[in-house]
Amino acid sequence: MLSYLIRRLLLMVLTLFGVSIAIFLLLRIVPGNIADILFDSAGLIDPAEKKKIVADLGLDLPLPLQYWQWISGLFRGDLGFSYVSEKPVIDEILPRIPITARLAALAMAFAICLGVPLGVISAVRQNSGLDYALRVVSLSGLSMPSFWLGLLILMLFVNAFGTIPIYDRNPATWGAWFTMLAVPAAAVGFRSSALIMRLTRSSMLEVLRQDYVRTAKSKGLSDNAVTYDHALRNAVLPVITTIGVETAFLFGGLIVTETVFNIPGVARFLVEAIRWRDYPMVQNLVMFIAVVVVTVNLIVDLAYMIVDPRIRYSE
Amino acid sequence: MSTPSPAAGATREGPITPGLLSDIFYLMRRYPLGVAGAIIMSGFVFAAVFATWVAPLDPFTTNARASLAKPGGVYLMGADMMGRDVLSRLIHGARISLAVALGATLIGSGLGAAIGLACGYLGGWFDLIVQRITEVMQALPLLVMALVITASLGPSLQNTIIAIAIPLIPTVSRVIRSNVLSLREMPYVEAAKATGMSEWRIAIIHVLPNTLAPLIVLATAQLGSTILTEASLSFLGLGVPEPYPSWGRMLSESAAEYVRTAPWLVIYPGLVISLVVFGSNLLGDALRDALDPRQRD
Repeated sequence: MLSYLIRRLLLMVLTLFGVSIAIFLLLRIVPGNIADILFDSAGLIDPAEKKKIVADLGLDLPLPLQYWQWISGLFRGDLGFSYVSEKPVIDEILPRIPITARLAALAMAFAICLGVPLGVISAVRQNSGLDYALRVVSLSGLSMPSFWLGLLILMLFVNAFGTIPIYDRNPATWGAWFTMLAVPAAAVGFRSSALIMRLTRSSMLEVLRQDYVRTAKSKGLSDNAVTYDHALRNAVLPVITTIGVETAFLFGGLIVTETVFNIPGVARFLVEAIRWRDYPMVQNLVMFIAVVVVTVNLIVDLAYMIVDPRIRYSE
Repeated sequence: MSTPSPAAGATREGPITPGLLSDIFYLMRRYPLGVAGAIIMSGFVFAAVFATWVAPLDPFTTNARASLAKPGGVYLMGADMMGRDVLSRLIHGARISLAVALGATLIGSGLGAAIGLACGYLGGWFDLIVQRITEVMQALPLLVMALVITASLGPSLQNTIIAIAIPLIPTVSRVIRSNVLSLREMPYVEAAKATGMSEWRIAIIHVLPNTLAPLIVLATAQLGSTILTEASLSFLGLGVPEPYPSWGRMLSESAAEYVRTAPWLVIYPGLVISLVVFGSNLLGDALRDALDPRQRD
């Protein structure tokens, strides 16, 4: 167990190291640097001034040295300065993280609370009208772009209440706080709930065919006891993996939904940083996302081990 | 989706008139949802290929007097801010979606399959290195990777296709790799070896064709997600640039404002994206049932 954990942590570091090199190079293979772009857009052509900017930003240094400066800064908690706002990157990113984290947690909670029970119902009533209806709904959930769902929700609000939920840093009431986050969370989480539902359904159907379920039934247990105590426990295992994988996918949904609902979180901030070509911001944001994804994957694997005692990663 | 019943299999060999028509009827009975998906996808491909003839108006012609015209009359689905016909733009937009979906899926699955085949077959240090690179790629969400690649390459149709294709590679290569690993142990591979066939010939003649079914299933499943990713990229203003009418970008142009003033500019493009992705998902599910019995749910 401990050796497994150590090996996983080492692999995690290796993966993050790979991500850092990939993102660093990807943002530097572009012809032209930020100084060119600033100069093109501002229409300035004083070569001396341009040279000074290039030197200030350290863009004239050799690539390995630039990379070393970035990585050694990361460990000291110094992420450099934004090209656009000229504030420290860390001061721009940190306040936005809780906003996205809350939204993501609510979306995932919504997806699990909706997806797992509906998946179970769909499996227990296999091939009934209800099952078909739920399957069509879940397939539509996977087909709809989440930004469109967000826009439809906005449209509903305009027609029903005449206003749209506007993001507010200090909402007046708990109710306002909840609507402000819950509405976008539902828009993001709907896709995940559809996926979780499909998976729960197929995993339940698989388990319901097992011998021990037939044994449980034949010894006279009630349907509910069989479904929940015997089948569901075993059926949720693959679902847990999906929940882990979905967390990464969720980020894509968060990017567009934060844009639709005008929420100042990290996800939308990545798009803004890319549009402004604010490369110090982009590379640090991407690293942050990679750290989150890799950590979630590790937690999911460990959770898997706790839920299913048959799995022991020892070798 | 539906479990195969022996009866359904029997009708196929039964004395019904052989030919295309009976095949179609058989498929319709066996996979009604898959056929519905195929019909949706054929409509989509038809619209894309014959856009110039099918579209009632020119998608680029602006008309100041028709700015934000309501649906009806000449503009069946209304007109946008610049007075361009929404229906015609949607029909022409199918070209972009189809180009991106086909291009990205073919490149992503092709490279993924080649890498997966090489990894599963060669093993060793090559496999080890590729697996580490795959893990690096999987540490980033699809849309984030596509965004960063477009940021690096710049917005254009080709770059959008590349940006969407690259994140597909790890998924495909992993599936094909594990498939190849199990195929390599098959008796017929051993037999081929015993006859003195070279490793590469075995890989291409015996192993590759047997990975085709899971590859087709995966590729079809990815068609929908490539269309959604392109729509998201364009919605964020980083996808296919003007003047191409892309479905995602039709929604981006101050869509939150149009929710109040011109709902048809929001409803129709989203509906079309959802319908096409829905069709590809239906088709993908049916293909998985038909070709890859182990993955059936």
